[in-house]
Amino acid sequence: METTYREAMRTAIREALLQDDRVFLMGEDVGAYGGCFAVSLGLFEEFGPERIRDTPLSESAFVGAGIGAALNGMRPIVEIMTVNFSLLALDQIVNNAATLLHMSGGQFNVPLVIRTTTGAGRQLGAQHSHSLEGWFAHVPGLRILTPATVEDARGMLWTALEDPDPVLIFEHGSLYNLSSELAEDAGPVDIHAAAVRREGGDVSLITYGGTLPLTLEAADRLAAEGIEAEVLDLRTLRPLDDAAILATVVKTHRAVVVDEGWRSGSLSAEISARITESAFYELDAPVGRVCSAEVPIPYARDLELAALPSAERVVAAARQAVGGGG
Amino acid sequence: MNEHDARAAVYAAISQVAPDVETDGLDDRSRLRQDLELDSLDFLALVEHLARRAGVDVPESDYGRVGTVAALIAYVAEHA
Amino acid sequence: MVGEFRMPSLGADMERGTLVEWLVTPGDHVRRGDVMATVDTEKTVMDVESFEDGVIAELLAAPGETLTVGTPMARITPTPASVMAPPATAPVSTPVPEAEVEPEQTTPSPGARVPSATPPVRRLARGLGLDLTRITGTGKAGHVTRADVERAAAEQRTDAGAVRSVRVSPRARRLAGELGVDEANVAGTGPHGAVTGGDILRAAKGNEPTGAEGRPGAQNGPGPTPGPADPGQRATGLRRRIGTLMSRSKKTIPHYYLGTTIDLQAALTWMHAVNAQRPVSTRLVPAALLLKASALAARQVPELNGFYTEARFRPSPVVHLGVAVALREGGLVAPAIHAADTLTVDQMMERLRDVVTRARTGHLRRAEIADPTLTVTALGELGVDTVYGVIYPPQVALVGFGRVRERPWAQDGMLTVHQAVNATLSADHRVSDGLRGGRFLDLINDVLQRPEEL
Repeated sequence: METTYREAMRTAIREALLQDDRVFLMGEDVGAYGGCFAVSLGLFEEFGPERIRDTPLSESAFVGAGIGAALNGMRPIVEIMTVNFSLLALDQIVNNAATLLHMSGGQFNVPLVIRTTTGAGRQLGAQHSHSLEGWFAHVPGLRILTPATVEDARGMLWTALEDPDPVLIFEHGSLYNLSSELAEDAGPVDIHAAAVRREGGDVSLITYGGTLPLTLEAADRLAAEGIEAEVLDLRTLRPLDDAAILATVVKTHRAVVVDEGWRSGSLSAEISARITESAFYELDAPVGRVCSAEVPIPYARDLELAALPSAERVVAAARQAVGGGG
Repeated sequence: MNEHDARAAVYAAISQVAPDVETDGLDDRSRLRQDLELDSLDFLALVEHLARRAGVDVPESDYGRVGTVAALIAYVAEHA
Repeated sequence: MVGEFRMPSLGADMERGTLVEWLVTPGDHVRRGDVMATVDTEKTVMDVESFEDGVIAELLAAPGETLTVGTPMARITPTPASVMAPPATAPVSTPVPEAEVEPEQTTPSPGARVPSATPPVRRLARGLGLDLTRITGTGKAGHVTRADVERAAAEQRTDAGAVRSVRVSPRARRLAGELGVDEANVAGTGPHGAVTGGDILRAAKGNEPTGAEGRPGAQNGPGPTPGPADPGQRATGLRRRIGTLMSRSKKTIPHYYLGTTIDLQAALTWMHAVNAQRPVSTRLVPAALLLKASALAARQVPELNGFYTEARFRPSPVVHLGVAVALREGGLVAPAIHAADTLTVDQMMERLRDVVTRARTGHLRRAEIADPTLTVTALGELGVDTVYGVIYPPQVALVGFGRVRERPWAQDGMLTVHQAVNATLSADHRVSDGLRGGRFLDLINDVLQRPEEL
């Protein structure tokens, strides 16, 4: 069954609503309008305003409401339109959702799922295009998911709802129209392990979310030059699957991290540091990184593309890591 | 030219064209093309070298008679 | 204003090159066309020239570094400028010969005695990272000889261990320790020439006395000509690069193969008649005729002459014929004979000898290696009848000629003996098909039946 990422996500929400009446969706324009990225299209008609709730433009208020609902036994899915707007709810997410279990001595857990769109590439300007998932991956008490495939879009939500603690799902805006074959019986998937999306022995390309497709494209191009790249999709940014990262580096001895976030203080920096901490004596080359330019993401098409990671840049970084002789 | 001088001239020419070939203990039965791996340009250079240094002109019609080291030495001895 | 000397593109498929050796030093005058450095491309080692006149201000790359095409390697200050200007206190009246200025520019202490030495010895000292002023000369009047430099280098090695900084990856260092390999003696293939774990593993394998492959350069003692690198290492490196290029060819190019036997009786009769009247130095070989015929045929079948890049074929308006040249230490290179279709047979012969000589002495120039549009292997005279070639990307065809020899020839109901050769074509099915390929071989055949028109 050919399915888009958007449809897979909608199916996942619908299934959750059907299976558990504690589940409800709320956020800006998720109801009558069908969601800013049309993920919840048709759900309002099917489930009604009690379970598909439009909210005022106040991220702090509705994320706070979601935390309250979760504390009281519900299983809310809160949609924040883009990661840039999540900053308005940062206090609720970081100071409340992430800490309450700890501060209550283990009495109160927060089974909240927040979905938000991240990333650039669609000419939406600096305030709608940033990749801030790395910031959230910094915070203990949160689980950070970055579905990059249709299977993960279909399967991660239910597992996240089953998690007793807050989970943030970052959906890269460029992935919604990604289409691929999805098994009829596709269902929940794990949310703790990274996945090797392509096997190779010469260099590891480590990425997640929106940069997975271009990384796979880069791997194809490298293969044409005789460089076999292994592509690791992290899937979960917190907690990181250290074992998978270590395994691929031990296999190839060279790594390039591809991350749409800015390079300074980024998730790519964390991955690179972990590799040198745990696999230094396996390395044949410095860990390479391909990240976004250190500018607010430009609106103009050419400038936006120039600021973002591309398959060309990944190919160049991989060649650099492999050096002259392979 | 006696056989000794002819051998020296041939060895000198071989060393010029194929510096990696060790002429000490070189088997006389070695074939220039197959065993010493001289191609047609190398062979031409060899013949040219012999013409210049030993004064022996090997016309193309005689190329077939000088296929081995021994044959070439004999040819040079006979014609110089 | 300062110019930059950049890693040149020495072929359509060249993406990077490794600096083997600098042939200039800061302070040197260079003229446009002067050889600046030797560079190891994916295919061969070659000299690269300066594009401008000036003085070398600074070398930006170190030997062993692998640089992408276009990377600045040196800065050149156009003609006499600040670099060459003598200090204000120096007497301006006596012009200083260049040879004496050079060491002063590179010597740390300006007052130091500058010993005399021949340019090759200076270059050797530079290559070894030795300061000439610190070497005691044993020649006439303190003249520093090659032996002096070599002795100083040996002393430095035993004194201080590896003085030259070798980049070794963490993994390579660990493996070297575990396997007892001295990483300083291993050629690096990693980024910036770093020694990688794979290099150590290969070196460890090579050290085993039972290793069947051994070290290719070792059997005849030291190499006959001092090249930029040990010939054995060169051969190994070249072999690996050929492997990479040919793997790429076989992985990406859908080859098809055609073959035919061409009657050379007329062509060789004509050639023998010509040669009979000539001194050895201007005699022709059959390869020259075969190359000329191939060039003429390529002009008429553009689908076989050009480059396939970025998913499309670009035919070439000229025929730059690559000639596959086997190197005696192993491996092969395929430098180009430019505008081969416009050359007379004599010119072709001259260019062939010239380019083969250059290829074998490891000194191909840019003009000889750049961009062959179609490659011919015609020197395969070592006994095989037929050659099935692998195309050099980004070219789209390779022509092979086997051994020229007598065979029974049936014609007009008669059986006679003719000189003949097997011609083959390997071509890229993305660009051409058997019909065009067949036409090409047919054209070669036609041309060779009328040798006097070549």
